[in-house]
Amino acid sequence: MTASIGPTAPTRYRRTAAAGFALWVTRLGWRHAVMWLVAVFALFPVLFVVSAALNPVGTLSSAELWPTGASLGNARDLFQNTPFTTWYANSLFFALTNAAVTVLLSALAAYAFSRMRFKGRRVGLIGLLVIQMFPQFLAIVAIYLMFSTLGEYYPAIGFDTRWGLLLVYLGGALSINTWLMKGFFDTVPKELDESAQMDGATHAQVFFRIMLPLVTPVLAIVALLVFIATINEFLMASVFLRDTDSKTLGLGLYQLVASQRNANFGMFAVGAIMLSLPTLAVFWFLQRFITEGLTSGAVKG
Amino acid sequence: MTVSGSDKEGAPEQGAPARPSPSTTLDGRPRRGVSRPPLPGGRWAGDGSLAGRVVKIGLLGLFTALGVWAVLPLYLGGNWLGIGLVLAVLGLVYYVYLSKRTVPAKYLVPGVLFLMAFQILPVLYTMSTSVTNMSDGHRGDKEQAINSIESMSVTRTADSEEYALTVATTGDPETGSLVFLLTDPEGATYAGTTDGLEDLGGATVDPASGKVTEAFGYTILTPAQVNTRSDELEEFAVPTDSGAGIRSSGLSTAFEGSAVRVYDAECDCVTDTETGRVYTADDELGAFVDEEGDRLPQGWQVNVGLDNFARFLLNPSFAASFFGILVWNIVFAVSVTFLVFVVGLAVALTLHVPRMRGKVLYRILVVLPYAMSSLAMYLLWRDMFNTDFGLFNRMLGLDVDWFGTPWSARAAVILTNVWLGYPYMFLVATGALQAIPRELQQAARIDGANAWQSFRHVTLPLLMVAMTPILVAVFAFNFNNFNAVWLLTRGGPLFADNSTAGATDLLITYTYRLAFNEATAQYGYAAALSVMIFVIVSVISVVSLWRSRALKEVN
Repeated sequence: MTASIGPTAPTRYRRTAAAGFALWVTRLGWRHAVMWLVAVFALFPVLFVVSAALNPVGTLSSAELWPTGASLGNARDLFQNTPFTTWYANSLFFALTNAAVTVLLSALAAYAFSRMRFKGRRVGLIGLLVIQMFPQFLAIVAIYLMFSTLGEYYPAIGFDTRWGLLLVYLGGALSINTWLMKGFFDTVPKELDESAQMDGATHAQVFFRIMLPLVTPVLAIVALLVFIATINEFLMASVFLRDTDSKTLGLGLYQLVASQRNANFGMFAVGAIMLSLPTLAVFWFLQRFITEGLTSGAVKG
Repeated sequence: MTVSGSDKEGAPEQGAPARPSPSTTLDGRPRRGVSRPPLPGGRWAGDGSLAGRVVKIGLLGLFTALGVWAVLPLYLGGNWLGIGLVLAVLGLVYYVYLSKRTVPAKYLVPGVLFLMAFQILPVLYTMSTSVTNMSDGHRGDKEQAINSIESMSVTRTADSEEYALTVATTGDPETGSLVFLLTDPEGATYAGTTDGLEDLGGATVDPASGKVTEAFGYTILTPAQVNTRSDELEEFAVPTDSGAGIRSSGLSTAFEGSAVRVYDAECDCVTDTETGRVYTADDELGAFVDEEGDRLPQGWQVNVGLDNFARFLLNPSFAASFFGILVWNIVFAVSVTFLVFVVGLAVALTLHVPRMRGKVLYRILVVLPYAMSSLAMYLLWRDMFNTDFGLFNRMLGLDVDWFGTPWSARAAVILTNVWLGYPYMFLVATGALQAIPRELQQAARIDGANAWQSFRHVTLPLLMVAMTPILVAVFAFNFNNFNAVWLLTRGGPLFADNSTAGATDLLITYTYRLAFNEATAQYGYAAALSVMIFVIVSVISVVSLWRSRALKEVN
């Protein structure tokens, strides 16, 4: 790649412009062509939703792929005619709380599985894998019936409340994520916490002061995955949250276009963008962890 | 309920001989009988910070308060089993966090408690529900069924007492359970539910009509709201003393009448005093059946063994829709997994060159679908496929009812999921490709392999080692991808000859429809379906994990 520097001038191969272009096409040009195609495929729905959000008429039938005008009318309608802020707050509440608590619970368990040897450790680890095969939402009928009864005793965690659904989400806190974290914890040298213990740290101090700072990347990835999964969760939320004011933004948007698909589309488009913003932001800030985290997320056989 | 930095495990106690043996203390095994000479300086070893101990005490206190809060309503309801359960959990938590020999448990208990309560317990409950006939009309026990039968058959008699009626609810005006707010001729107010009649205090009564206009804790329905729920209203009855009940007549009056259908415990049967028919209890069906085989609509829950499973597997019409859905479910999961893999890998390979202008920009653009909210994007794609107003039909000048015919709906569902799923594969494949040394490919090229051969025989096998577990995970995810189908087509188009199964239904959406979206909820069947999905997913996962391990050993 580098020309040798010496007393003799390097031989220069002269290429005609056509041959040079042909070489570029076979080496890089086709790659650009393919990427343009893929980018168009990737982008046109996004472009469409942005265009629809700005569309002054605000109906599905008048929305074009390319923006035909710019108006904030849809956004104003969304804020005025629907409990948008409540829905948004609900969505963020579930996503943030679930992500934070799941990371904490999962990290605690992963620390025990990674650093301690105790009776039932193997069974516990395999059990976590097995329970994954029965995803929580398959038990939705049972959860529904359970909470019908629980809600009678404790209205605070019944249907249409935040806490009930959050509890259900937290039931899935120990999951494949715990495996992912355990794998990462294993890569932190054991000598580090042993020396801290020699210096008199308790096991809790080792966990909070030594381990957690060292495993931040995996904490970030798990938080990201849980955040995205929660904000897009529909099945459980649709069973639990039926009151208009208790709905999440996703449910609200679903309801918005369920009845008046054509007329409300502009409002829906604004909502869709708003719902995507937190995910986009999280992606942006965590992008350097993503490839690494996703690859190590594979179940190691 | 978290652990704080105050546990003294692993650190010597003040005044006691120091036992700082980190590796044995941290592994959590009891150290009874093990005595070690104190290490120099052991007496100054950390005892947990004061702040940590305060946090621990605080959290335990909070947890105790939570326990008291949990016990109170159970005590009022007389649920001793529930109280026992709460006390057991409280005791366990105290034991774990105050004992010094339960270090691993201190870290596992919080997550495991949630796992037990909201995942394992529901799974077990699902399994037990799957062998019952639980459904609307078969929800409660026999006594509740009899109550409901008697109060539903209430008719007006000559001495019926009239009430002024206001229809209200304790929940959402559209879905919350109904409550009758009643005023009797003397002006006393009552609240009647399907459980019975209670005194209602502090209600505001309109003096002219006698109707309750406001009552604390109840939402009064507007006439329009009552109208939309008139079907429910017709079937609503408040049981009073045995054999009598209160039903509505019109929207603003109710009457107390006597039951036409009366239960007799001696013959365990219900007699219709008007027609003279006798319905005898059938404890296998959980219903009252007369000689001609007619059932009363209200039944109770009984164990039906494996009937639910048998129905799906053996009953011709149900088996046809079950296996049809199963085949499509597998086709869907396989084709989405395969397509996102091919597209994602192709994009990753296209960008897998050392120098390329705009690589970072391409990456961001290509990953964008993954960063958008998938829930909103499903709804967006659904509307783009809309027949009358959708983007596709308008741009291409077509008039195709995309979700109206089975194959176009299936193609649309798969296309949408490829759009949403390939960026993930692209990210993973990029990572995996970067881990493969370029020299291997170059060596193959020097040995005379062409580009395809070196990819097929060198890169791909290495790639598959890293990708197989991820492909299994993606397959398992798509196998139960509820949103992918429900938000796009709701499982439709429904087959003309079978109104419960649709052409794009996955097993999970079929289950959801049976349980929550039919006129009568069929919890027993839905639970049986869940268990069958569980078995299918387990078999697929075990086989594929075994395969991937085999692949690993090859490497």
